[in-house]
Amino acid sequence: MSGPARHHESAVGHVTGRAVYTDDQVRPTGQLTAWPVVSPHAHARVLAVQTADALAVPGVVLVLGPEHLPGVNDCTGHAADEELLPTELVHYVGHVVRWVLGETEDAARLGAEAVRVDYEPLPAVLGIDDALATGSVHTQPKRILRGDPDAVLDDMADGTTDAEGRHVLTGEVRTGAQDHFYLETHAAWAHVDPDGNVACTVSTQHPSETQGVVAKVLGLPRSRVVVTCLRMGGGFGGKESQCHPFAAVAALASHVTGRPVRVRLDRQQDMTITGKRHPFLGRYRVAFDDDGRLLALDAQLVSDGGWSLDLSDPVTSRAMFHVDNGYFVPALRVTGQVARTNHVSHTAFRGFGGPQGMLVAEEVLDRVARHLGLLPELVRERNLYRGPEDGGSADRATTHYGQRVLDNRLPRIWRELSERADLPARRAEVSAFNSRATSRRRGLAITPVKFGISFTKSQYNQAGALVLVYLDGSIQLNHGGTEMGQGLHTKMLHVAASTLGVDVGRFRAMPTATDKVPNTSATAASSGSDLNGMAVRAACETIRDRLAVVAARMLGRNSPEDLVFADDHVFPAKEPDRRIGFAELAYTAYDQLVSLSATGYYRTPNLVWDPAAGRGTPFHYYAFGAALSEVEVDGYTGTFRLRAVDVVHDVGDSLNPLVDLGQVEGGFVQGMGWLTMEECVWDDDGRLRTFAPSTYKIPTVAEIPEHFEVHLLGEAAQDRTVLGSKAVGEPPFMLALSVREALRDAVAGFGPAGPEQRVELAVPATPEATLAAIDAVRAGSTHGTGSGRGAGELSAQQ
Amino acid sequence: MVDHEPLVLRLNGRDVALPGLPPTATLLRAVRAQGLVGTKEGCGDGDCGACTVVLTSPGPDGAPTHRAVNSCLVPVGSVVGLDVVTVEGVAAPDGGLHPVQQAMVECAGSQCGYCTPGFVMSMYAGYLDPAERGPDGVDPEVVEGNLCRCTGYTSIRRACRRLGTSEDDAALGPTVAAGPGAPGATRTLTSVGRSFHRPTTLAAALGLLAELPEATVVAGGTDLGLELSHRTLDPAVVVSLEQVAELQQLERTATHLQVGAGVTLTRLEREAAGLLPALDEMLHWFAARQVRNRATLGGNLGTASPIGDLPPVLLALDAQVYLDGPDGPRTVAVADYFTGYRETLRRAGEVVTRVDLPLGPGAGAATRLSQSYKVGKRGTDDISVVAAAFTVDLDADGTVVHARLAYGGVAATPVRAHDVEALLLGTRLDQATAARAAALLTETFTPLDDLRASAVYRRRLVGSLFEKFCAEHVPVDRVDHPEAVA
Repeated sequence: MSGPARHHESAVGHVTGRAVYTDDQVRPTGQLTAWPVVSPHAHARVLAVQTADALAVPGVVLVLGPEHLPGVNDCTGHAADEELLPTELVHYVGHVVRWVLGETEDAARLGAEAVRVDYEPLPAVLGIDDALATGSVHTQPKRILRGDPDAVLDDMADGTTDAEGRHVLTGEVRTGAQDHFYLETHAAWAHVDPDGNVACTVSTQHPSETQGVVAKVLGLPRSRVVVTCLRMGGGFGGKESQCHPFAAVAALASHVTGRPVRVRLDRQQDMTITGKRHPFLGRYRVAFDDDGRLLALDAQLVSDGGWSLDLSDPVTSRAMFHVDNGYFVPALRVTGQVARTNHVSHTAFRGFGGPQGMLVAEEVLDRVARHLGLLPELVRERNLYRGPEDGGSADRATTHYGQRVLDNRLPRIWRELSERADLPARRAEVSAFNSRATSRRRGLAITPVKFGISFTKSQYNQAGALVLVYLDGSIQLNHGGTEMGQGLHTKMLHVAASTLGVDVGRFRAMPTATDKVPNTSATAASSGSDLNGMAVRAACETIRDRLAVVAARMLGRNSPEDLVFADDHVFPAKEPDRRIGFAELAYTAYDQLVSLSATGYYRTPNLVWDPAAGRGTPFHYYAFGAALSEVEVDGYTGTFRLRAVDVVHDVGDSLNPLVDLGQVEGGFVQGMGWLTMEECVWDDDGRLRTFAPSTYKIPTVAEIPEHFEVHLLGEAAQDRTVLGSKAVGEPPFMLALSVREALRDAVAGFGPAGPEQRVELAVPATPEATLAAIDAVRAGSTHGTGSGRGAGELSAQQ
Repeated sequence: MVDHEPLVLRLNGRDVALPGLPPTATLLRAVRAQGLVGTKEGCGDGDCGACTVVLTSPGPDGAPTHRAVNSCLVPVGSVVGLDVVTVEGVAAPDGGLHPVQQAMVECAGSQCGYCTPGFVMSMYAGYLDPAERGPDGVDPEVVEGNLCRCTGYTSIRRACRRLGTSEDDAALGPTVAAGPGAPGATRTLTSVGRSFHRPTTLAAALGLLAELPEATVVAGGTDLGLELSHRTLDPAVVVSLEQVAELQQLERTATHLQVGAGVTLTRLEREAAGLLPALDEMLHWFAARQVRNRATLGGNLGTASPIGDLPPVLLALDAQVYLDGPDGPRTVAVADYFTGYRETLRRAGEVVTRVDLPLGPGAGAATRLSQSYKVGKRGTDDISVVAAAFTVDLDADGTVVHARLAYGGVAATPVRAHDVEALLLGTRLDQATAARAAALLTETFTPLDDLRASAVYRRRLVGSLFEKFCAEHVPVDRVDHPEAVA
């Protein structure tokens, strides 16, 4: 059973402008503003920093440098490879060298412009190819292996078929970076009080790690530092680790000056200073039979980690875990490696490597289908994971890393989606249109999503909550998760209210703070509701059990377990008229010396992962979905229109269908942006040229088709989760792979029908890339030309 | 002698003094400095809409008009005397949500909420605009200039559609009354050592420009506003042409559409709708509503950007540009107007006053085929990779008697393909001719590679857009062509 379709708990604050974000708070007296001085070089030695001119600017108070650090000069959670204030080297264009503190933002900005830095430029590594050629890496290749793919693949060349009807194809696919483009740029405020206690308000998805970084930089115990996140104007992974330096700078500057300090990046700074979704290079060899059934896959994935490690290792691992998407491959080897380049440090972004891995799977499935002249939707369906319940076997429902795909809903989702969207009729309509049209083609594709839920770093799979009931029956709800628009607080209020049987209106959802719930995990990996929901439930159950004893005494009963907490009251199950109101109960509990606050704690059970062996059960469960997209492509320009989207997605028993629907729709559109229009372009000097919404285009309302039907899978309660619900944050992003595959289907329509067709389409499939693919198909070429342009060919802007 | 007046802004129905702010400060900065922090800066470029506020002013017929604008691009001096409504001013005085706000809440139109005030303001302006609102709700087109990274827009579209007109609408009028009447004499706003002059007649404007040669000239400010927003420009003296009555004319004569240089693109789009298909089409793709509400035709000619969207249309239509200045009024063909990269025939102290667009086919022609195209990475609100506009006149026999093929984004100025125009004259523009023209067109210009596209793709589009035009508009022997439907 689903929860109520209740609107976001802050919705009224959003629409009235009263919801407060970090940089909207009332300015404290004497607050200083920090402004960054950034490197114009992709790699350079800092020879000298001259601050005299800057300090002469009226209103400039301080130029913050490494000499001011009382603690450790590092702003990472774990990797210890990012100096907060560079001492010797800068590693990318936009690397912050110093921060200038001013009485006003104008003063700080003018001061920053007046800082003179002398550099000695050093050779830079600008991209994955460059990194591979020069051996510039963050990590050595990791491997996950199932079976013996080489047994087939090593004997056969690209495009050949052996006597047993086995075919082999090889290929390569690249994906580009994606900017998070949260509407609220990074912001952090800090104040160190005279006792040396540090209070920070930060737009952070990981307050506890931010707290740790601030403490490390200031040389303080964590207990001296409180980090609060009011709410974020979007995060999407971009504020999981990349927020730390800004909080640390604000705290450090406050420590040095004794004054409150604010840091708030403008859009250009945010886009040039902070990391993005990892670009990936994927190479593959695949073997398959005449029916398109996959026999073996060998995939090599290399990510561009940028200048520092950040989260690149787990991102790349997740790509490896998801290189199968929803498809069973009997023999599979995947390797993954992080390249080190002189770009921004790429970081978490919704899907966390999963999209890049799954894109390789869809690339492979499309190639296999077109090589055989089969409909891609048939080949995809044939290869879905199927356990015994779907006519398959335990083996056919086990991943390359050995985890059984339990509660596999893909075959059911596929059927439901095909029926809802009327796939055969739609395919026929597309064919009919294409046979009539001369300059446009339509295409459609249906793609699955299978996404593993849990942090692959096992110790992150724990959470805490703190529930405080006051004498009047009002309640504060604290938990370790942060609100970035995903509706976490709204869902947690539902979990808490339904556990205590009270009105949601009794609750105040508190800002996330490290002095309420300590040692929390990042709100990431789609796990916010799963982990915190269980912790909230545990805390509320503790309070409910205590109150039940009090209520039993009030009702003169011996057995508190017979009592029902519902409708804002407590009453015996068989005597609903003998009700005690919750406020009365709370007050009575106080009178009877019963505690009205409780913590809750949860850890995900039974997760096992052996990274060395590449085997285990890293995920608590899988989220499933599938999408059908239909597009129309203009053969003159390569532009396209998304005509229709149909989705069936599995969120278990939804905690809140309104919130979940929003996550599915929003994730899809963000994925569509990544695949079709969002293009990060770096030039030959390592400068990001797309650092504003004038040059970096995310979807607008006009790109959204009128036909956009999302159906949440029914009868879908998930075992061992909070109220039967499932994670929803990331999985829908990858439903958008159907848009790219539909585009490819349309592009294929410009060429001759029949087998041995190959459609190569660059990511993102901009109009230019799509027209290049059309030209290649028209020419009957088997090798597309991608975008026809390297980032290195840029000339000066017009 | 000018009367200098201090900056006083009418904000959510109250007069607010703005000490310490220059008249060139952005409206966004002024509003947030008042503690009204519901209005957000998402980009400072006028591209995300998070800072959208509504300007209420008396319309041509005296009734109030409500325009959504990007407050990050508006110099505060421009809006003194208007009513500025921010998200804090939308709800009823008792705190009751406006229907727009209510619809956004109920449809889950907000997730992180950061873009939401901007959406609310765009929808609020749409709600009060009979051109945007009908029984089916507010046209979601009003939020094309608002970026949301969370929702995927479907919930916001649902909220728009929930706002249909009904009989009890009378109670839901604007919460702020219309501003004061039309301005009289020149107003000069002075603060922090900067002056912002707002002449109301052309004579006064030209007088000021002669007197203040150092002045920065601004109309809607959607280009200049970028520099003010990013503080890369801090002009001491500004002359704003926005209030100049003569520049606001928009008239249709028997033969021409006459567009005052100060007419906003929203007015042009609405009041000239259906007259010139190439103009209609390009205005649809020209930026977003908040920008079209401020941007002017004169501004597009004044900045003379090679990637401006309208110059190709003006070239294809043989527009005449009217200028006035110290040496008196003069008229130039738009084809002569652009002389180099962001350079024009406009002399110091001159302003563009008017542009005349011929409405029909020329002498000897029976049919005019005309259309414009714009290709960007994103269809909506993007700077063009290539913009193109074509005009072909046919005589009664279907022979080409006049041709204009104009482009933006392929050279240092907006340009015409003269050689191919000449080639087309006297032909019947059949498929073979179109293909030959396209092949020639591909070699006509030498555009640049940049972050938006390669030169190869741009050259390709120069030809293929003309082919597309022929396929879609030329009534030739292609009866089975599904795109040849108007």
